[in-house]
Amino acid sequence: MELQAEDSTLIRNYLSGDERSLEILINRHNQRISSFIYSKVYDREITEDLFQDTFIKVIRTLKLGKYNEEGKFLPWVMRIAHNLVIDHYRKSNRMPRYEGSPEFSIFSIMQDDRLNAEKQLIQDQIQSDISDLIAELPEDQQVVLQMRMYQDMSFKEIAENTGVSINTALGRMRYALINLRKLIEQNNIVLTN
Amino acid sequence: MDQLYPAKQNCKLVSSSEETVRFLLDYSKSLSIVSSRGMEFENNLN
Repeated sequence: MELQAEDSTLIRNYLSGDERSLEILINRHNQRISSFIYSKVYDREITEDLFQDTFIKVIRTLKLGKYNEEGKFLPWVMRIAHNLVIDHYRKSNRMPRYEGSPEFSIFSIMQDDRLNAEKQLIQDQIQSDISDLIAELPEDQQVVLQMRMYQDMSFKEIAENTGVSINTALGRMRYALINLRKLIEQNNIVLTN
Repeated sequence: MDQLYPAKQNCKLVSSSEETVRFLLDYSKSLSIVSSRGMEFENNLN
């Protein structure tokens, strides 16, 4: 009974602006609430997260003046923690958590396809070199190559758009590639990542 | 007697870290409630 009375006094003091009272309340009930959460989730990190979320709700409710369970602070906080544990399991079911084992790592089948900073720089340099090389080609070859490689158009579409036959478009593409190879060899350009 | 309390291992006592408690105290200090026209607004001041 004495403990409950002290809790209610601390809450009153906290609502009057005494932040130290909140610290005493949190420290006083830390172990009971954390242990309660831990007994449900068996994970220290999740316990910390849920403990934090519990007291964020407590603080908000107190500051909003919505707390009206005088003398029953701990059961009230435990109820909030309990509801958050339930929410946690609801979310976990929607988004299952995977834990690897020594025999199998999820990263053996998953990987980040993005280039690292160094490879990205090299890639940008290659793109820049290719743009410069394309600019050296005759204009009709440039047009066909850009439509094919950058706009992903079929040779039929290229032919229609440039007003030439498909064979001519194919021929221009062939010569564009031959000329590009020549330029790369003449200038000793390395285009690999 | 041990067999009477098979769930004893589930009652591990743990406490949240000082860092978490410090965060909560800082959160409390930063949170202010402003009432205006019958509505309450929450502010977080950094």
